[in-house]
Amino acid sequence: MNSAADQATLPRTGPAGVTASQPHDVVLQVSGLAVDIRTHRGTVRAVNGVGFEARAGETLALLGESGCGKSMTAKALAGIMDPVCDLAEGTIVLNGTDLAALTPKERLKFAGPELGIVFQDALTALNPVYTVGTQLGEAFRIHRKLNAKQAKAEAIDLMRRVGIPEPESRVNSYPHQFSGGMRQRILIAMAVALNPRLLIADEPTTALDVTVQAQIMQLLRTLREEGQMAVILITHDLAVVAEEADSVAVMYAGNVVESGPVAEVFADPRHPYTKGLLESVPVNLERGDQLRSIPGSPPELHDIPSGCVYQSRCPLVQDICRAQRPALRPAGRRRADNAAADVDQATSATNDGGTAGRPVRTAACHFSEEITNA
Amino acid sequence: MTSPVTQGAAQEQPSSQPPTRNAPNARDGQPGLFRLLLKDRFASVAAFILLLVGLTALVGPALMGDLATKQNLLFANKAPFTMAHGWEYFLGSDSLGRSMLARLVVASRTTLSVALPAVAAALLIGSLWGVWAGYHRGWRENVSMRIADVIMSFPSLLLAVVVLYVFSPSAANIVLILALTRIPIYLRTARAESAELQSRTFVDAARTFGAKPNAIIGRHVIPVVLPTLLTLATLEFCYVMLAESSLSFLGIGIQPPDVSWGLMVSQGRQYLQTAWWLSIFPGVAIVITTIAANVLAAWLRIATDPAQRWRLALPRQRLIARIPVKEAQP
Amino acid sequence: MPEPLLSIEGLSKTFHVAKSASGNTRLRALDGISLTVGRGETLGLVGESGCGKSTLARTLMMLETPDEGTVSFEGTNPFGLKGKELLAWRRRVQMVFQDPFASLNARMSAGDIIAEPWATHRSLYPTAKARADRVGELLQMVGLRASDARKSPQEFSGGQRQRIGIARALALNPDVIILDEPVSALDLSVQAQVLNLLNELQKELGVSYIFISHDLTVVRHVADRVAVMYLGRIIETGETEEVFDHPRHPYTAALMSASPKLDVSGAQRERIVLKGELPSPLDPPSGCRFRTRCWKAQDICAEVAPEPQVLTAPDGRRHLAECHFPLDAAKGLTSATAAAGAL
Repeated sequence: MNSAADQATLPRTGPAGVTASQPHDVVLQVSGLAVDIRTHRGTVRAVNGVGFEARAGETLALLGESGCGKSMTAKALAGIMDPVCDLAEGTIVLNGTDLAALTPKERLKFAGPELGIVFQDALTALNPVYTVGTQLGEAFRIHRKLNAKQAKAEAIDLMRRVGIPEPESRVNSYPHQFSGGMRQRILIAMAVALNPRLLIADEPTTALDVTVQAQIMQLLRTLREEGQMAVILITHDLAVVAEEADSVAVMYAGNVVESGPVAEVFADPRHPYTKGLLESVPVNLERGDQLRSIPGSPPELHDIPSGCVYQSRCPLVQDICRAQRPALRPAGRRRADNAAADVDQATSATNDGGTAGRPVRTAACHFSEEITNA
Repeated sequence: MTSPVTQGAAQEQPSSQPPTRNAPNARDGQPGLFRLLLKDRFASVAAFILLLVGLTALVGPALMGDLATKQNLLFANKAPFTMAHGWEYFLGSDSLGRSMLARLVVASRTTLSVALPAVAAALLIGSLWGVWAGYHRGWRENVSMRIADVIMSFPSLLLAVVVLYVFSPSAANIVLILALTRIPIYLRTARAESAELQSRTFVDAARTFGAKPNAIIGRHVIPVVLPTLLTLATLEFCYVMLAESSLSFLGIGIQPPDVSWGLMVSQGRQYLQTAWWLSIFPGVAIVITTIAANVLAAWLRIATDPAQRWRLALPRQRLIARIPVKEAQP
Repeated sequence: MPEPLLSIEGLSKTFHVAKSASGNTRLRALDGISLTVGRGETLGLVGESGCGKSTLARTLMMLETPDEGTVSFEGTNPFGLKGKELLAWRRRVQMVFQDPFASLNARMSAGDIIAEPWATHRSLYPTAKARADRVGELLQMVGLRASDARKSPQEFSGGQRQRIGIARALALNPDVIILDEPVSALDLSVQAQVLNLLNELQKELGVSYIFISHDLTVVRHVADRVAVMYLGRIIETGETEEVFDHPRHPYTAALMSASPKLDVSGAQRERIVLKGELPSPLDPPSGCRFRTRCWKAQDICAEVAPEPQVLTAPDGRRHLAECHFPLDAAKGLTSATAAAGAL
């Protein structure tokens, strides 16, 4: 019974360490992405000028609270937006092809071989009337034109890869016969079936228990290493970002307000929202101490103020914040280094290759230099 | 108590305005139902029609006097839409020369006095029974559902025929039989909704205060189930009117010289080729009344639901999508 | 430890369900739970989904009747009460639910929701004026405005709704509030506001909390003592720091290890990743329930269910755990079979 649990050492790929030494290829470059939703009150902008890069073998986290537009961004990348949503602006360059410029039909070619997506709710994302083998084999039948028997063999192989025990017998089971964690593995298997360059994981472990969450995260990490995939992890959990991601883009009310390598952003936040979020986590506090919470709640989509999106909750707010929306600018300790690659127009959260492929720290705040971190 | 906590939450207020997706004037109390009604053109017209039908049934027969029964063979089978024979024959006359207009007016009272009590009785008994059965689950639910199945599987018309042959075919008996056969419809719907509601968290919350089942049913279950049941009742209203006409057709419904819309339709059926107005006009009366009731019920269902009411307070536009409500997907 | 206000001994609850794969129809959701809660204290209850923590909460709220065991609230067993006495007892234990959307009836105004308990407990605030005043007070106590009483739940955000839920639980002036995942449906920034509020209220009113959560970080922040549940049993319990810093049961250790930490120092962290998932509560393993996922399991674990033991470290710190092979045994732990409910 000694093998019932394995004591794994969590590989801490120190983000700065990896990226500084050998910058990975940029797989996905998003810039100026804007998504509109048509509502009964007129059109609202759910995602506004979002930009980031995802690199092979690295994890980029899109972090934000509910309603901040992170899931909408993911859907826009994958081309599976609701009919009432429009991709208003921006480019989504995946391996040199701008997905935003393609027709929906052309985009279908990319779903699977180039881009995979894992959803939060594994039970609704799987069709209850087909066996998991059929659903796993579908990708192979469509994209590689395999017959049913070959597809099933591939499905078994895939199930083994994602750690489902006894794949030969379980391939004919239906989704409800699997536990939550196993279903999530199946979803991941579907997403990585064709070895995509980019994997989007939309809150992949939110519905799972912590011990299972740890297993799933370990699996994602292994698959990322094996396939040199770029992973975009969408989550609201700061701790998950701290453990799993190399770089992070913090979203608030449809905008990226801060981005950069996780270690730097979390150790020295340059946007009051990031700082507020980090302080809301009850760590290193005496029991009964006041948590430093952020007052208020995020603005409604149809009611986003014209100046800084965070003005109503910000402790540093001044007149300029109400008048002018701050652009994403280089920030943080390496400000001097980054100044050369000025990304003034705020559309790209990362610089475009100026500084040897290192993700740049940026923040959208007029007073980002005045934030003091103990 | 002015702690940092309370201050924090007080600041939460302005930022959350306008609160989620509500009507602008929701702040000073909910907008009155009547004002909401006036905003919706269809619902207003429907309400107006129903009011008119109700008034007609109430005071119409008195105004018409004996016009509806007075035979005048000189004016038999006159076509409608002419004032040549006087206003009372504007909608034509039947083979006995009775005024169609007067007959329609008088029939409205009979029709409503059969359909309304029948629907109301079935609604009342069926809903309460169903809500009770669904809330308590277990044997109460099982027994109730089997009873409903028995009633449903027995052909209602056959039941009516048997009962009405045995007893006399009076209006009261028709009401009784129609109510009895339609109880299962409400029983089933109410049971299903109530069974779902009794597992909701706010019902659990009420149980934790020690609230009695009947109090919970009254406070939490019935207000939620009622709009659905009322919509169902308007559909049933239409069914009951037609059922009454079938009974009349078989000769065991409303007995002449009393007259109902259903009876008029069935009596006029044999003259369809020569005098179409005999059955078309009462038919149209039935259709208009039921459509109006339906439209109003659909409106009422939304208007009484605080989560939906904002839709009505909006200027009429094409509804495309709702703004995703924050935290709706935790 | 404060004098126990509420003590539970040997509480068990079995549900009858449709046939499972093994033909078993009995689901033992609670299996001999023993706990105490002191006045003004917060007891954290942690565990994964399906471990029985919600059933325990529902049983304490008398939404379920236990098969065995006793609950004693200042010496009275609420399950033996009837009529007026039962109603009086109901006032003393109240609950806040996880989902701030489902737990408030959307058809009632905030004021009506908060005042709802008084419809059953009429003697508390007999006049309409008294009720309206108290609703206003309660709203202010939870950081809303008295004028919010007329608004309906849809007009509030998730965090504000949870404040209404808390105000409703306070309406009967309870001694114990059971908080069933009160912040897990809320965004992080709002979560902190609600945790602060709960803390303030406890200081002011002296209520005890039973705080159910799967979020260990939150539990560590709020709980004085913590109980870890696994498949219907409490496998470890003790003072929060003691349990968190020196877990004795392998499951507790794995749970701590699996939950992500907000630490970007880059330090390597030894991590226990458990194999497999929670076994079905319909067919729990024989002997120790955790043995199928435990890396320390031996033959005895399959045969004999471990008894709760008080484990005392050489420095005198001690707490209760149920394991044949407790962690850190090498460091000179002494164990003694515990009377049920000790500690």
